[in-house]
Amino acid sequence: MADVKGNSSMSTRVPVREQDPKVRAANFDEVCLGYNEEEAVQEAERCLHCKKPQCVAGCPVNIDIPEFIHALKEREFGSAYDVISQSSSLPAICGRVCPQERQCEGKCIRGIKGDAVAIGKLERFVADWAKANGRKMKCALHKTGKKVAVIGSGPAGLTCAGDLAKKGYDVTIFEALHKAGGVLVYGIPEFRLPKDEVVAKEIENVQCLGVKIETNVIIGRSVTIEDLMKKEGFEAVFIGSGAGLPMFMNIPGEQSKGVFSANEFLTRNNLMKAYRDDYDTPIISGKKAVVVGGGNVAMDAARTALRLGAEVHIVYRRSEAELPARAEEVHHAKEEGIVFDLLTNPVRILADDQDNVTGIECVRMELGEPDASGRRSPVPVEGSEFTIDCDTVIMALGTRPNPLISSTTDGLEMNRKQCIVATEEGQTSLEGVFAGGDAVSGAATVILAMGAGKKAAQAIDEYLKTR
Amino acid sequence: MYKILEARNLAGPNYEMIVEAPRVAARCLPGQFVIVKIDEKAERIPLTITDYDREKGTIEIVFQPIGVSTSKYRELKAGDSFMDFVGPLGKPSDLCLSEEPEAIEALKKKKIVFVAGGVGAAPIYPQAKWLYEHGIMSDVIIGARNQELVLLEERMSKVANVYVTTDDGSYGRSGMVTKCLEDLIAEGHSYDHCVCIGPMIMMKFVCLTTKKYGIHTIVSMNPIMVDGTGMCGACRLMVDGEVKFACVDGPEFDGHLVDFDLAMKRLSLYKTHEGEAFLKWKEGKTHHGGCGECGGDR
Repeated sequence: MADVKGNSSMSTRVPVREQDPKVRAANFDEVCLGYNEEEAVQEAERCLHCKKPQCVAGCPVNIDIPEFIHALKEREFGSAYDVISQSSSLPAICGRVCPQERQCEGKCIRGIKGDAVAIGKLERFVADWAKANGRKMKCALHKTGKKVAVIGSGPAGLTCAGDLAKKGYDVTIFEALHKAGGVLVYGIPEFRLPKDEVVAKEIENVQCLGVKIETNVIIGRSVTIEDLMKKEGFEAVFIGSGAGLPMFMNIPGEQSKGVFSANEFLTRNNLMKAYRDDYDTPIISGKKAVVVGGGNVAMDAARTALRLGAEVHIVYRRSEAELPARAEEVHHAKEEGIVFDLLTNPVRILADDQDNVTGIECVRMELGEPDASGRRSPVPVEGSEFTIDCDTVIMALGTRPNPLISSTTDGLEMNRKQCIVATEEGQTSLEGVFAGGDAVSGAATVILAMGAGKKAAQAIDEYLKTR
Repeated sequence: MYKILEARNLAGPNYEMIVEAPRVAARCLPGQFVIVKIDEKAERIPLTITDYDREKGTIEIVFQPIGVSTSKYRELKAGDSFMDFVGPLGKPSDLCLSEEPEAIEALKKKKIVFVAGGVGAAPIYPQAKWLYEHGIMSDVIIGARNQELVLLEERMSKVANVYVTTDDGSYGRSGMVTKCLEDLIAEGHSYDHCVCIGPMIMMKFVCLTTKKYGIHTIVSMNPIMVDGTGMCGACRLMVDGEVKFACVDGPEFDGHLVDFDLAMKRLSLYKTHEGEAFLKWKEGKTHHGGCGECGGDR
């Protein structure tokens, strides 16, 4: 097939090297190995440098994608990093975990008659190159002398803090857990996002901009927002506390031993490093695990259980087309041998007399009429119940916002779902208090949280300038 | 790092420490707890707060080493530090929520009994002390298996009427706390509010007893926990047919509504793993001669 440039090889992307599925199913090392310099430059050549780049509009933080790819083509890797870091404080992370097929790459003109430019992989290459070559983000030269508190060190908080520091504010992040990073540390596994080499380095970058991080501080318990503003001198606060509370199905047997929330399973494995012999926290993956859900968290839990030695099934009530997970994660999960039981929904969990899980009873589903969201809603097929034998069930059904801040902050408006009410710019019902990420939207993606953190940083800057 | 200012071995297997943690000390109230982690590789362990000093910025914890992580705490001495020490977690005790005169007057009308089993005396003490400081004298039953395990008797006696009972009769009254409670009622004491903290099996039986007498009973649950901030759901309990998270909805609940049998089963979830890890830590390589049979090294 002829390409726009008349070069047939230009319609397919440069393949990215990955660990062999059989090998990686037994280790926690990163699956995707990324491009080397030659591969990256070759892939960069495929960019058409559209006059009206749709990819930029598709990026929640509006990275100037054609510009950084142009620098890549010229082998100006440092300049490419400077372009990205104008818009993103965490490029090594975004290059790895963004659902690019629905954002930048989804809008790429190349994608109409072939593969979209591998923007995510190029971003990752540039960020990793910068890390290896000691390239840092540029710091603010003048300081405003004004203090801003950021609650939560996940993607929303880190982005907001990084952007504010670049504008010269004195920023402190308060983190409830013992390690900074939020979902990047407790949620996303090592094999998808290496903790020491990638996450810790990105956080160090943000700290290099002057951001202070205080761990083990739970806002609402250790200190309130009111105290931060009245007693500790913070002139504005950004709430990026995430969506914490795991949801369950409320089906019989869900309290049996061997039923975990994906949050617990992943926190034990990722934050507490239970997969490593030299760490004390235990984890139970069982011999056969069933993961309920079809999002990224379900894929992460399933692939983690697999690496801990279990045979793994994913049970999802809709069909493959509706799986909310990133395409790459579904592809990797299948390659690694995870069985997908689609159009299947759990009815109850079976247990022995000691209350240990022995199986999960499911019912087949079919897709009916489209519901309010436009998706065809699944309905049970009568009499189609069947049992999957298993000793572990992991519920990956999403999360609700944590009530710790809302219940201890007078006047902070919440909606019916207990999410914080905030404008597009992040302004809440309280003066000087901004919010963004999952705490506002409910469970969503890393990059959307970053987008919200970025907008809020801008709004906080405008607010504080007028004070 | 959170510096340990004092550390000592109390009666029997119990340990007491005073730790520098200004943010926790500034805001904690009776009934709340902390999570501590001794080093990079250790578990996060929830421990109850026994006392606090807002001015000095210190927290006192009392605990009984059980698993690998808490057993490591035995070696700690003044000058050492915890890597992480976070709190205060959980909701404060309902009794100690308000210092308004009306609330205190209402409390003064109540006849309150605390029932402490074993190391449960540690979280009871700050509640009894708070009441005492607000002019309210309560009764406290301290139960233990034997004399050696009786905890905090002297300090508790300064803030409440204390009744000690031991299972083997080696000290104080003889028999379980349930017997002591029933004996006190038979002796003419009457109660309309009970707070019971101790092993789950004991709380279950105290609740059965107080139900008989129609005494409103609060228990403090101590399930398996990881983050303690409402994120992991490991600490979920069934209370009155609903799922509750001990860390954010509790740790105190109406004892007559808690499903103790379920809670006890869930508590045993990691027992085998903990046992294996403990042996590995305690006996080191001697236990694993390479027989390859027991699986304890996996």
